[in-house]
Amino acid sequence: MKILVTVKEVSTVEDEFEIEGTTIADQYLGADLNEWDDYAVEEAVQLQEAGIADEVVTVTIGPEDCEQTIRQALAKGADRAIRVWDDALEDVDLLDVGAKTEILRAVVEAEDPDLVLTGVQSGDDNWGATGVSLAEELGIEWGAVVNHLEHDLAEGTASVRRELEGGVEELTEIELPAALTIQTGINEPRYASLRGIRQAQRKELDVHTLGDLGVDEGAVEGAVTVTDMYEPESETDATVWEGSPEETAAELGELLREKGVAP
Amino acid sequence: MSDVLAVTDHRRGELRDVSYETITAGRELADETGGDLHVAVISGPVGEFAEKLNREGVDVVHTVEYGEEFNHDVYTQVLVQLYDELAPQYVVAPNSVNGLDYAPAVANTLDLPIVTDTVGLETDGETLTATREMYGGKVETANELTGNAVVTIRGAEWAGADGTGDAEIREFHAEIDEETIRSTVTGFEEVGGGDVDISDADVLVSVGRGIEEEENLELIEELADALDATISSSRPIVDNGWLPKNRQVGQSGKVVTPDVYIAIGISGAVQHVAGMKGSETIVAINTDPNAPIMDIADYAIHDDLFDVVPALTEEFQ
Repeated sequence: MKILVTVKEVSTVEDEFEIEGTTIADQYLGADLNEWDDYAVEEAVQLQEAGIADEVVTVTIGPEDCEQTIRQALAKGADRAIRVWDDALEDVDLLDVGAKTEILRAVVEAEDPDLVLTGVQSGDDNWGATGVSLAEELGIEWGAVVNHLEHDLAEGTASVRRELEGGVEELTEIELPAALTIQTGINEPRYASLRGIRQAQRKELDVHTLGDLGVDEGAVEGAVTVTDMYEPESETDATVWEGSPEETAAELGELLREKGVAP
Repeated sequence: MSDVLAVTDHRRGELRDVSYETITAGRELADETGGDLHVAVISGPVGEFAEKLNREGVDVVHTVEYGEEFNHDVYTQVLVQLYDELAPQYVVAPNSVNGLDYAPAVANTLDLPIVTDTVGLETDGETLTATREMYGGKVETANELTGNAVVTIRGAEWAGADGTGDAEIREFHAEIDEETIRSTVTGFEEVGGGDVDISDADVLVSVGRGIEEEENLELIEELADALDATISSSRPIVDNGWLPKNRQVGQSGKVVTPDVYIAIGISGAVQHVAGMKGSETIVAINTDPNAPIMDIADYAIHDDLFDVVPALTEEFQ
Protein backbone atom coordinates (compact mmCIF):
# COMPACT_ATOMS: atom_id res chain seq x y z
CA MET A 1 0.00 0.00 0.00
CA LYS A 2 1.16 3.46 -0.84
CA ILE A 3 0.34 6.51 1.28
CA LEU A 4 0.50 10.11 0.12
CA VAL A 5 0.70 12.72 2.87
CA THR A 6 0.15 16.40 2.23
CA VAL A 7 2.67 18.52 4.08
CA LYS A 8 2.41 22.27 4.40
CA GLU A 9 4.92 24.75 5.66
CA VAL A 10 2.94 27.19 7.77
CA SER A 11 3.79 30.70 8.83
CA THR A 12 4.16 31.53 12.48
CA VAL A 13 3.85 35.06 13.80
CA GLU A 14 5.67 36.72 16.67
CA ASP A 15 3.68 38.25 19.52
CA GLU A 16 4.47 41.74 18.23
CA PHE A 17 4.10 42.26 14.49
CA GLU A 18 3.15 44.70 11.77
CA ILE A 19 0.77 44.32 8.86
CA GLU A 20 1.81 45.38 5.37
CA GLY A 21 -1.15 45.49 3.03
CA THR A 22 -2.88 42.12 3.28
CA THR A 23 0.01 40.21 4.82
CA ILE A 24 2.17 40.31 7.91
CA ALA A 25 5.56 41.92 7.35
CA ASP A 26 8.23 39.30 6.61
CA GLN A 27 10.48 40.05 9.54
CA TYR A 28 7.78 38.95 12.00
CA LEU A 29 7.12 35.64 10.26
CA GLY A 30 8.67 32.27 10.96
CA ALA A 31 8.08 28.93 9.28
CA ASP A 32 7.26 25.50 10.61
CA LEU A 33 5.90 22.12 9.61
CA ASN A 34 2.14 22.32 10.05
CA GLU A 35 1.28 20.68 13.37
CA TRP A 36 -1.59 18.62 11.96
CA ASP A 37 0.57 17.40 9.07
CA ASP A 38 3.19 16.27 11.58
CA TYR A 39 0.60 13.88 13.01
CA ALA A 40 -0.40 12.77 9.49
CA VAL A 41 3.23 11.99 8.60
CA GLU A 42 3.64 10.06 11.85
CA GLU A 43 0.50 8.04 11.18
CA ALA A 44 1.76 7.12 7.71
CA VAL A 45 5.22 6.18 8.99
CA GLN A 46 3.66 4.01 11.71
CA LEU A 47 1.58 2.20 9.08
CA GLN A 48 4.78 1.57 7.18
CA GLU A 49 6.58 0.28 10.26
CA ALA A 50 3.63 -2.02 10.91
CA GLY A 51 4.13 -3.50 7.46
CA ILE A 52 0.84 -2.15 6.14
CA ALA A 53 2.28 0.55 3.89
CA ASP A 54 5.16 0.00 1.46
CA GLU A 55 5.83 3.59 0.61
CA VAL A 56 5.16 7.00 2.16
CA VAL A 57 5.35 9.98 -0.19
CA THR A 58 4.84 13.59 0.87
CA VAL A 59 3.54 16.38 -1.33
CA THR A 60 3.98 20.08 -0.64
CA ILE A 61 2.87 23.15 -2.52
CA GLY A 62 5.49 25.78 -1.87
CA PRO A 63 8.65 27.59 -2.98
CA GLU A 64 12.20 26.32 -2.56
CA ASP A 65 12.41 27.93 0.89
CA CYS A 66 10.16 25.27 2.34
CA GLU A 67 12.48 22.38 1.47
CA GLN A 68 13.84 22.46 5.00
CA THR A 69 10.35 21.71 6.28
CA ILE A 70 9.97 18.94 3.72
CA ARG A 71 13.27 17.43 4.88
CA GLN A 72 11.84 17.38 8.39
CA ALA A 73 9.06 15.08 7.18
CA LEU A 74 11.62 12.94 5.35
CA ALA A 75 13.77 12.77 8.47
CA LYS A 76 10.78 11.41 10.38
CA GLY A 77 10.53 8.53 7.95
CA ALA A 78 8.76 9.49 4.72
CA ASP A 79 10.47 7.84 1.74
CA ARG A 80 10.43 10.64 -0.78
CA ALA A 81 8.88 14.02 -1.39
CA ILE A 82 7.24 16.00 -4.14
CA ARG A 83 7.23 19.77 -4.19
CA VAL A 84 5.02 21.73 -6.54
CA TRP A 85 5.87 25.28 -7.43
CA ASP A 86 5.48 27.56 -10.37
CA ASP A 87 5.99 31.21 -11.31
CA ALA A 88 2.22 31.37 -11.71
CA LEU A 89 1.87 30.59 -7.99
CA GLU A 90 4.19 33.42 -6.92
CA ASP A 91 1.58 36.00 -7.76
CA VAL A 92 -1.36 34.28 -6.10
CA ASP A 93 -1.92 35.86 -2.69
CA LEU A 94 -4.44 33.30 -1.55
CA LEU A 95 -4.30 29.75 -2.85
CA ASP A 96 -7.91 28.83 -2.18
CA VAL A 97 -9.42 25.41 -1.61
CA GLY A 98 -10.35 24.99 -5.27
CA ALA A 99 -6.83 25.80 -6.45
CA LYS A 100 -5.18 23.45 -3.98
CA THR A 101 -7.65 20.74 -4.97
CA GLU A 102 -6.66 21.11 -8.65
CA ILE A 103 -2.94 20.87 -7.95
CA LEU A 104 -3.17 17.97 -5.52
CA ARG A 105 -5.54 16.06 -7.80
CA ALA A 106 -2.85 16.03 -10.48
CA VAL A 107 -0.27 14.74 -7.99
CA VAL A 108 -2.57 12.04 -6.63
CA GLU A 109 -3.43 10.88 -10.13
CA ALA A 110 0.24 10.60 -11.00
CA GLU A 111 1.13 8.77 -7.77
CA ASP A 112 -2.01 6.64 -7.45
CA PRO A 113 -1.85 6.09 -3.66
CA ASP A 114 -4.24 3.84 -1.73
CA LEU A 115 -4.54 6.31 1.09
CA VAL A 116 -4.17 10.08 1.25
CA LEU A 117 -3.56 11.65 4.65
CA THR A 118 -3.84 15.38 5.24
CA GLY A 119 -3.87 17.42 8.41
CA VAL A 120 -7.33 18.54 9.56
CA GLN A 121 -6.28 22.12 8.90
CA SER A 122 -3.24 24.31 8.69
CA GLY A 123 -2.20 26.26 11.74
CA ASP A 124 -1.90 29.62 9.98
CA ASP A 125 -5.08 30.06 7.95
CA ASN A 126 -7.08 27.01 9.09
CA TRP A 127 -9.38 26.47 6.11
CA GLY A 128 -9.84 22.81 6.96
CA ALA A 129 -11.38 21.92 3.64
CA THR A 130 -8.74 20.70 1.20
CA GLY A 131 -8.69 17.02 2.15
CA VAL A 132 -12.42 16.50 1.70
CA SER A 133 -12.55 18.65 -1.43
CA LEU A 134 -9.67 16.65 -2.91
CA ALA A 135 -11.36 13.33 -2.16
CA GLU A 136 -14.55 14.44 -3.86
CA GLU A 137 -12.57 15.63 -6.87
CA LEU A 138 -10.87 12.23 -7.12
CA GLY A 139 -14.10 10.34 -6.62
CA ILE A 140 -12.73 8.52 -3.58
CA GLU A 141 -14.12 8.15 -0.08
CA TRP A 142 -13.07 10.42 2.81
CA GLY A 143 -13.28 11.09 6.52
CA ALA A 144 -12.75 14.42 8.28
CA VAL A 145 -11.17 14.91 11.71
CA VAL A 146 -9.89 11.40 12.29
CA ASN A 147 -8.26 10.70 15.65
CA HIS A 148 -7.93 6.93 15.41
CA LEU A 149 -7.23 4.76 12.39
CA GLU A 150 -7.20 1.02 11.99
CA HIS A 151 -6.57 -0.49 8.64
CA ASP A 152 -8.02 -3.79 7.44
CA LEU A 153 -5.95 -4.85 4.45
CA ALA A 154 -8.06 -7.88 3.61
CA GLU A 155 -11.31 -5.95 3.65
CA GLY A 156 -9.92 -2.85 1.96
CA THR A 157 -11.45 -0.65 4.62
CA ALA A 158 -10.27 1.80 7.22
CA SER A 159 -11.98 1.83 10.60
CA VAL A 160 -11.73 5.35 11.90
CA ARG A 161 -12.89 7.43 14.79
CA ARG A 162 -13.97 10.93 13.97
CA GLU A 163 -13.62 13.39 16.80
CA LEU A 164 -16.94 15.19 17.12
CA GLU A 165 -17.64 18.06 19.49
CA GLY A 166 -18.22 17.55 23.20
CA GLY A 167 -16.12 14.47 23.80
CA VAL A 168 -18.04 12.21 21.41
CA GLU A 169 -16.35 10.06 18.81
CA GLU A 170 -18.04 8.65 15.74
CA LEU A 171 -16.98 5.16 14.67
CA THR A 172 -16.99 4.88 10.89
CA GLU A 173 -16.01 2.29 8.31
CA ILE A 174 -14.55 3.82 5.18
CA GLU A 175 -13.85 2.02 1.90
CA LEU A 176 -10.41 2.53 0.41
CA PRO A 177 -8.96 4.31 -1.43
CA ALA A 178 -9.75 7.27 0.75
CA ALA A 179 -8.51 10.62 1.99
CA LEU A 180 -8.49 11.13 5.74
CA THR A 181 -7.91 14.41 7.53
CA ILE A 182 -5.86 13.72 10.63
CA GLN A 183 -6.49 15.35 13.99
CA THR A 184 -3.77 16.15 16.52
CA GLY A 185 -3.46 13.62 19.31
CA ILE A 186 -3.95 10.58 17.03
CA ASN A 187 -0.37 9.54 17.82
CA GLU A 188 2.83 10.94 19.25
CA PRO A 189 4.87 12.48 16.45
CA ARG A 190 8.50 11.48 16.82
CA TYR A 191 11.48 13.73 16.84
CA ALA A 192 13.74 13.03 13.90
CA SER A 193 16.83 11.05 14.86
CA LEU A 194 20.27 12.25 13.79
CA ARG A 195 20.42 9.28 11.45
CA GLY A 196 17.02 10.22 10.07
CA ILE A 197 18.16 13.76 9.47
CA ARG A 198 21.27 12.55 7.63
CA GLN A 199 19.26 10.12 5.52
CA ALA A 200 16.71 12.80 4.68
CA GLN A 201 19.38 14.79 2.87
CA ARG A 202 19.80 11.97 0.38
CA LYS A 203 16.12 11.18 -0.15
CA GLU A 204 14.46 12.02 -3.41
CA LEU A 205 12.72 15.41 -3.55
CA ASP A 206 11.15 16.01 -6.95
CA VAL A 207 10.04 19.46 -8.01
CA HIS A 208 7.17 19.84 -10.44
CA THR A 209 5.76 22.89 -12.17
CA LEU A 210 2.08 23.21 -12.98
CA GLY A 211 3.00 22.43 -16.58
CA ASP A 212 4.72 19.18 -15.53
CA LEU A 213 1.51 18.14 -13.82
CA GLY A 214 -0.75 19.25 -16.64
CA VAL A 215 -2.51 21.81 -14.45
CA ASP A 216 -3.78 24.89 -16.24
CA GLU A 217 -2.38 28.14 -14.81
CA GLY A 218 -5.83 29.67 -14.82
CA ALA A 219 -7.04 26.95 -12.47
CA VAL A 220 -4.94 28.20 -9.58
CA GLU A 221 -5.99 31.83 -9.62
CA GLY A 222 -8.78 31.00 -7.27
CA ALA A 223 -12.12 32.64 -6.64
CA VAL A 224 -11.39 34.16 -3.24
CA THR A 225 -9.32 37.33 -2.78
CA VAL A 226 -8.04 38.72 0.50
CA THR A 227 -8.81 42.43 0.41
CA ASP A 228 -7.95 43.46 3.94
CA MET A 229 -6.01 42.34 7.00
CA TYR A 230 -6.19 44.03 10.37
CA GLU A 231 -5.75 43.39 14.05
CA PRO A 232 -9.12 42.80 15.67
CA GLU A 233 -9.95 45.36 18.29
CA SER A 234 -9.07 44.04 21.66
CA GLU A 235 -12.21 43.42 23.64
CA THR A 236 -10.41 43.01 26.88
CA ASP A 237 -11.74 44.73 29.93
CA ALA A 238 -9.66 42.64 32.27
CA THR A 239 -8.26 44.11 35.43
CA VAL A 240 -4.51 43.72 34.99
CA TRP A 241 -2.53 43.13 38.16
CA GLU A 242 0.96 44.54 37.98
CA GLY A 243 4.06 44.18 40.06
CA SER A 244 6.38 41.40 41.11
CA PRO A 245 5.19 37.76 40.96
CA GLU A 246 4.72 37.89 44.75
CA GLU A 247 2.53 40.99 44.43
CA THR A 248 0.38 39.69 41.58
CA ALA A 249 0.05 36.31 43.27
CA ALA A 250 -1.09 38.09 46.44
CA GLU A 251 -3.76 39.95 44.43
CA LEU A 252 -5.02 36.69 42.98
CA GLY A 253 -4.94 35.07 46.42
CA GLU A 254 -7.02 37.95 47.75
CA LEU A 255 -9.58 37.45 44.96
CA LEU A 256 -9.87 33.72 45.65
CA ARG A 257 -10.45 34.43 49.35
CA GLU A 258 -13.07 37.05 48.51
CA LYS A 259 -14.87 34.56 46.33
CA GLY A 260 -14.78 32.13 49.19
CA VAL A 261 -13.15 29.42 47.11
CA ALA A 262 -9.70 29.39 48.69
CA PRO A 263 -8.92 27.29 51.75
CA MET B 1 -33.64 38.23 -5.62
CA SER B 2 -31.40 35.36 -4.71
CA ASP B 3 -32.16 32.76 -2.12
CA VAL B 4 -30.04 31.30 0.63
CA LEU B 5 -29.93 27.69 1.80
CA ALA B 6 -28.95 27.04 5.42
CA VAL B 7 -28.00 23.52 6.49
CA THR B 8 -28.67 22.23 10.00
CA ASP B 9 -26.73 19.91 12.27
CA HIS B 10 -28.02 17.19 14.55
CA ARG B 11 -26.72 14.21 16.42
CA ARG B 12 -28.40 11.31 18.16
CA GLY B 13 -31.88 12.76 17.94
CA GLU B 14 -31.00 16.32 18.98
CA LEU B 15 -30.60 19.43 16.85
CA ARG B 16 -27.34 21.17 17.65
CA ASP B 17 -27.36 24.87 18.59
CA VAL B 18 -25.36 25.83 15.53
CA SER B 19 -28.44 24.92 13.45
CA TYR B 20 -30.21 28.02 14.74
CA GLU B 21 -27.08 30.05 14.14
CA THR B 22 -26.96 29.05 10.46
CA ILE B 23 -30.58 30.25 10.28
CA THR B 24 -29.58 33.67 11.63
CA ALA B 25 -26.56 33.95 9.32
CA GLY B 26 -28.64 32.72 6.39
CA ARG B 27 -31.46 35.16 7.15
CA GLU B 28 -29.03 38.09 7.26
CA LEU B 29 -27.64 37.14 3.86
CA ALA B 30 -31.13 36.60 2.42
CA ASP B 31 -32.13 40.07 3.64
CA GLU B 32 -29.16 41.48 1.78
CA THR B 33 -29.91 39.57 -1.42
CA GLY B 34 -33.64 40.15 -1.08
CA GLY B 35 -34.38 36.45 -1.33
CA ASP B 36 -35.93 33.63 0.65
CA LEU B 37 -34.28 31.58 3.35
CA HIS B 38 -34.48 27.84 2.81
CA VAL B 39 -33.43 25.47 5.56
CA ALA B 40 -32.42 21.86 4.99
CA VAL B 41 -32.67 19.13 7.60
CA ILE B 42 -31.40 15.74 6.54
CA SER B 43 -31.79 12.34 8.30
CA GLY B 44 -33.13 11.62 11.78
CA PRO B 45 -36.62 12.59 12.98
CA VAL B 46 -36.92 15.33 10.37
CA GLY B 47 -40.62 16.09 10.96
CA GLU B 48 -39.98 16.87 14.61
CA PHE B 49 -36.83 18.81 13.71
CA ALA B 50 -38.69 20.86 11.09
CA GLU B 51 -41.17 22.10 13.71
CA LYS B 52 -38.28 23.29 15.87
CA LEU B 53 -36.50 24.89 12.93
CA ASN B 54 -39.56 26.91 12.03
CA ARG B 55 -38.09 30.04 13.57
CA GLU B 56 -38.66 33.64 12.63
CA GLY B 57 -37.29 34.45 9.19
CA VAL B 58 -37.39 30.94 7.76
CA ASP B 59 -39.39 30.68 4.52
CA VAL B 60 -39.16 26.97 3.75
CA VAL B 61 -37.86 23.96 5.67
CA HIS B 62 -36.89 21.09 3.38
CA THR B 63 -36.93 17.73 5.09
CA VAL B 64 -35.13 14.69 3.78
CA GLU B 65 -35.88 11.39 5.40
CA TYR B 66 -32.95 9.05 5.04
CA GLY B 67 -31.40 7.12 7.90
CA GLU B 68 -30.97 8.26 11.46
CA GLU B 69 -27.52 9.74 11.65
CA PHE B 70 -25.22 11.94 9.66
CA ASN B 71 -23.58 10.38 6.63
CA HIS B 72 -21.47 12.67 4.46
CA ASP B 73 -22.22 10.80 1.23
CA VAL B 74 -25.96 11.26 1.82
CA TYR B 75 -25.60 14.90 2.83
CA THR B 76 -23.46 15.67 -0.21
CA GLN B 77 -25.91 14.09 -2.64
CA VAL B 78 -28.95 15.72 -1.05
CA LEU B 79 -27.41 19.18 -0.94
CA VAL B 80 -26.23 19.03 -4.52
CA GLN B 81 -29.77 18.09 -5.59
CA LEU B 82 -31.35 20.76 -3.40
CA TYR B 83 -28.97 23.30 -4.85
CA ASP B 84 -29.96 22.28 -8.38
CA GLU B 85 -33.62 22.57 -7.45
CA LEU B 86 -33.52 25.86 -5.52
CA ALA B 87 -30.60 27.63 -7.19
CA PRO B 88 -29.63 29.57 -4.06
CA GLN B 89 -26.82 32.09 -4.21
CA TYR B 90 -25.32 30.99 -0.92
CA VAL B 91 -25.23 27.71 0.97
CA VAL B 92 -24.55 28.30 4.67
CA ALA B 93 -23.33 25.31 6.68
CA PRO B 94 -21.95 25.04 10.21
CA ASN B 95 -18.17 24.90 10.58
CA SER B 96 -18.65 21.84 12.75
CA VAL B 97 -16.77 18.57 12.45
CA ASN B 98 -19.64 17.25 10.34
CA GLY B 99 -19.98 20.49 8.38
CA LEU B 100 -16.35 20.13 7.35
CA ASP B 101 -17.09 16.54 6.34
CA TYR B 102 -19.56 17.52 3.60
CA ALA B 103 -19.40 21.27 2.79
CA PRO B 104 -16.09 21.07 0.85
CA ALA B 105 -17.44 18.09 -1.11
CA VAL B 106 -20.66 19.94 -1.96
CA ALA B 107 -18.70 23.00 -3.09
CA ASN B 108 -16.35 20.95 -5.21
CA THR B 109 -19.16 18.94 -6.81
CA LEU B 110 -20.97 22.13 -7.72
CA ASP B 111 -17.73 23.86 -8.75
CA LEU B 112 -18.41 26.63 -6.24
CA PRO B 113 -15.85 28.46 -4.13
CA ILE B 114 -15.94 27.70 -0.42
CA VAL B 115 -15.01 29.95 2.49
CA THR B 116 -14.79 28.12 5.80
CA ASP B 117 -14.78 29.18 9.44
CA THR B 118 -16.24 32.61 8.77
CA VAL B 119 -16.97 34.96 11.68
CA GLY B 120 -18.72 37.63 9.60
CA LEU B 121 -20.63 37.67 6.30
CA GLU B 122 -21.86 40.52 4.19
CA THR B 123 -23.06 40.78 0.61
CA ASP B 124 -24.25 43.49 -1.74
CA GLY B 125 -26.01 40.86 -3.79
CA GLU B 126 -23.00 40.28 -6.01
CA THR B 127 -19.84 40.34 -3.94
CA LEU B 128 -19.65 38.40 -0.72
CA THR B 129 -17.24 39.62 1.93
CA ALA B 130 -16.40 36.97 4.50
CA THR B 131 -14.44 37.78 7.63
CA ARG B 132 -12.03 35.11 8.86
CA GLU B 133 -9.32 34.86 11.48
CA MET B 134 -5.72 33.89 10.85
CA TYR B 135 -2.79 32.97 13.07
CA GLY B 136 -4.94 31.91 15.98
CA GLY B 137 -6.96 35.12 16.00
CA LYS B 138 -4.01 37.51 15.86
CA VAL B 139 -5.43 39.06 12.69
CA GLU B 140 -8.69 39.11 10.79
CA THR B 141 -8.97 39.13 7.02
CA ALA B 142 -11.67 40.23 4.60
CA ASN B 143 -12.17 37.64 1.86
CA GLU B 144 -14.11 38.59 -1.24
CA LEU B 145 -15.72 36.54 -3.94
CA THR B 146 -18.36 37.15 -6.55
CA GLY B 147 -21.14 34.82 -7.59
CA ASN B 148 -22.47 31.82 -5.75
CA ALA B 149 -20.62 30.18 -2.88
CA VAL B 150 -20.64 27.74 0.00
CA VAL B 151 -19.72 29.20 3.38
CA THR B 152 -19.31 27.61 6.79
CA ILE B 153 -19.87 29.66 9.92
CA ARG B 154 -18.01 29.41 13.20
CA GLY B 155 -20.15 28.41 16.15
CA ALA B 156 -21.37 31.04 18.63
CA GLU B 157 -20.53 33.96 16.32
CA TRP B 158 -24.16 34.47 15.33
CA ALA B 159 -27.01 34.42 17.82
CA GLY B 160 -29.37 31.49 17.46
CA ALA B 161 -32.65 32.31 15.67
CA ASP B 162 -35.66 32.31 17.94
CA GLY B 163 -39.37 33.06 17.75
CA THR B 164 -41.83 31.00 15.73
CA GLY B 165 -42.00 31.47 12.00
CA ASP B 166 -44.58 30.57 9.41
CA ALA B 167 -42.33 28.47 7.26
CA GLU B 168 -43.69 26.00 4.80
CA ILE B 169 -42.44 22.50 5.57
CA ARG B 170 -41.67 20.60 2.39
CA GLU B 171 -40.53 17.04 1.97
CA PHE B 172 -37.70 16.84 -0.48
CA HIS B 173 -37.43 13.54 -2.31
CA ALA B 174 -33.75 13.19 -3.00
CA GLU B 175 -32.53 10.37 -5.16
CA ILE B 176 -29.78 8.72 -3.20
CA ASP B 177 -27.40 6.55 -5.16
CA GLU B 178 -26.56 3.84 -2.63
CA GLU B 179 -23.57 2.72 -4.68
CA THR B 180 -21.76 5.89 -3.80
CA ILE B 181 -22.29 5.52 -0.06
CA ARG B 182 -18.96 4.04 0.86
CA SER B 183 -18.80 4.98 4.48
CA THR B 184 -20.88 3.64 7.33
CA VAL B 185 -21.28 5.02 10.81
CA THR B 186 -21.26 2.05 13.17
CA GLY B 187 -21.59 3.83 16.50
CA PHE B 188 -20.65 6.56 18.90
CA GLU B 189 -18.53 6.58 21.97
CA GLU B 190 -18.28 9.06 24.80
CA VAL B 191 -14.68 9.64 25.64
CA GLY B 192 -13.05 11.35 28.54
CA GLY B 193 -15.00 9.61 31.28
CA GLY B 194 -13.20 8.47 34.37
CA ASP B 195 -13.24 9.36 38.01
CA VAL B 196 -12.74 13.12 37.68
CA ASP B 197 -15.48 15.33 36.30
CA ILE B 198 -13.97 18.75 35.69
CA SER B 199 -17.40 20.19 34.96
CA ASP B 200 -18.25 19.70 38.67
CA ALA B 201 -15.33 21.72 40.01
CA ASP B 202 -15.71 25.11 41.74
CA VAL B 203 -12.16 26.13 40.95
CA LEU B 204 -10.23 24.93 37.94
CA VAL B 205 -6.50 25.40 37.62
CA SER B 206 -6.16 25.00 33.87
CA VAL B 207 -2.84 24.54 32.15
CA GLY B 208 -1.80 25.07 28.52
CA ARG B 209 1.12 24.92 26.15
CA GLY B 210 3.00 27.55 28.17
CA ILE B 211 3.99 24.87 30.68
CA GLU B 212 6.48 23.64 28.06
CA GLU B 213 7.51 20.33 29.58
CA GLU B 214 5.68 17.45 31.21
CA GLU B 215 7.78 17.60 34.37
CA ASN B 216 6.71 21.22 34.89
CA LEU B 217 3.17 20.00 35.54
CA GLU B 218 4.36 19.44 39.09
CA LEU B 219 4.07 23.20 39.64
CA ILE B 220 0.42 23.04 38.64
CA GLU B 221 -0.24 20.02 40.84
CA GLU B 222 1.27 21.80 43.83
CA LEU B 223 -0.92 24.83 43.19
CA ALA B 224 -4.05 22.70 42.77
CA ASP B 225 -3.25 20.92 46.03
CA ALA B 226 -2.72 24.19 47.90
CA LEU B 227 -5.97 25.61 46.54
CA ASP B 228 -7.90 22.37 46.83
CA ALA B 229 -8.77 22.90 43.18
CA THR B 230 -9.12 20.56 40.19
CA ILE B 231 -6.68 20.48 37.28
CA SER B 232 -7.91 20.88 33.73
CA SER B 233 -6.08 21.73 30.53
CA SER B 234 -6.20 22.91 26.96
CA ARG B 235 -5.85 20.54 24.06
CA PRO B 236 -2.06 20.35 23.51
CA ILE B 237 -1.51 18.96 27.01
CA VAL B 238 -3.90 16.08 26.30
CA ASP B 239 -2.53 15.58 22.76
CA ASN B 240 0.90 15.17 24.33
CA GLY B 241 -0.45 12.54 26.67
CA TRP B 242 0.51 14.55 29.76
CA LEU B 243 -3.04 14.55 31.10
CA PRO B 244 -5.96 12.23 30.30
CA LYS B 245 -8.73 13.26 27.90
CA ASN B 246 -11.22 13.82 30.74
CA ARG B 247 -9.23 16.92 31.77
CA GLN B 248 -9.61 18.68 28.41
CA VAL B 249 -11.66 21.87 28.30
CA GLY B 250 -13.00 23.00 24.94
CA GLN B 251 -14.96 22.18 21.85
CA SER B 252 -13.88 18.55 21.67
CA GLY B 253 -13.55 18.21 25.42
CA LYS B 254 -15.74 19.40 28.28
CA VAL B 255 -17.68 22.59 28.72
CA VAL B 256 -17.03 23.96 32.20
CA THR B 257 -18.55 26.79 34.24
CA PRO B 258 -16.64 26.94 37.53
CA ASP B 259 -16.74 29.86 39.97
CA VAL B 260 -13.12 30.60 39.13
CA TYR B 261 -11.15 29.46 36.09
CA ILE B 262 -7.43 30.12 36.29
CA ALA B 263 -5.92 29.84 32.79
CA ILE B 264 -2.19 29.29 33.07
CA GLY B 265 -0.12 29.50 29.90
CA ILE B 266 -3.23 29.13 27.75
CA SER B 267 -3.40 31.40 24.71
CA GLY B 268 -7.15 31.01 24.35
CA ALA B 269 -7.77 29.47 20.94
CA VAL B 270 -11.41 29.70 19.93
CA GLN B 271 -11.92 25.96 20.48
CA HIS B 272 -10.72 26.31 24.05
CA VAL B 273 -12.72 29.44 24.80
CA ALA B 274 -15.87 27.65 23.61
CA GLY B 275 -15.46 25.35 26.59
CA MET B 276 -14.86 27.83 29.41
CA LYS B 277 -16.27 31.24 28.54
CA GLY B 278 -19.25 30.58 30.81
CA SER B 279 -17.01 30.51 33.89
CA GLU B 280 -18.06 33.03 36.51
CA THR B 281 -14.62 34.57 36.96
CA ILE B 282 -11.72 34.05 34.57
CA VAL B 283 -8.12 34.76 35.55
CA ALA B 284 -5.40 34.56 32.90
CA ILE B 285 -1.70 34.17 33.60
CA ASN B 286 0.21 34.65 30.37
CA THR B 287 3.32 36.50 29.22
CA ASP B 288 1.57 37.67 26.04
CA PRO B 289 -0.75 40.61 26.81
CA ASN B 290 -2.29 40.20 23.33
CA ALA B 291 -3.19 36.53 23.74
CA PRO B 292 -6.86 35.93 22.84
CA ILE B 293 -7.52 34.64 26.38
CA MET B 294 -7.20 38.27 27.57
CA ASP B 295 -10.38 39.16 25.63
CA ILE B 296 -12.49 37.10 27.98
CA ALA B 297 -10.41 37.33 31.15
CA ASP B 298 -11.76 39.30 34.12
CA TYR B 299 -8.33 39.48 35.74
CA ALA B 300 -4.95 39.14 34.13
CA ILE B 301 -1.32 38.76 35.12
CA HIS B 302 1.03 39.48 32.23
CA ASP B 303 3.96 37.58 33.64
CA ASP B 304 5.85 34.33 33.50
CA LEU B 305 3.86 31.43 34.92
CA PHE B 306 7.08 29.91 36.25
CA ASP B 307 7.39 32.89 38.60
CA VAL B 308 3.74 33.52 39.41
CA VAL B 309 2.54 29.97 40.03
CA PRO B 310 5.09 29.12 42.76
CA ALA B 311 4.40 32.48 44.41
CA LEU B 312 0.68 31.71 44.40
CA THR B 313 1.25 28.24 45.83
CA GLU B 314 3.31 29.86 48.57
CA GLU B 315 0.34 32.13 49.39
CA PHE B 316 -1.75 29.15 50.38
CA GLN B 317 0.79 27.00 52.17
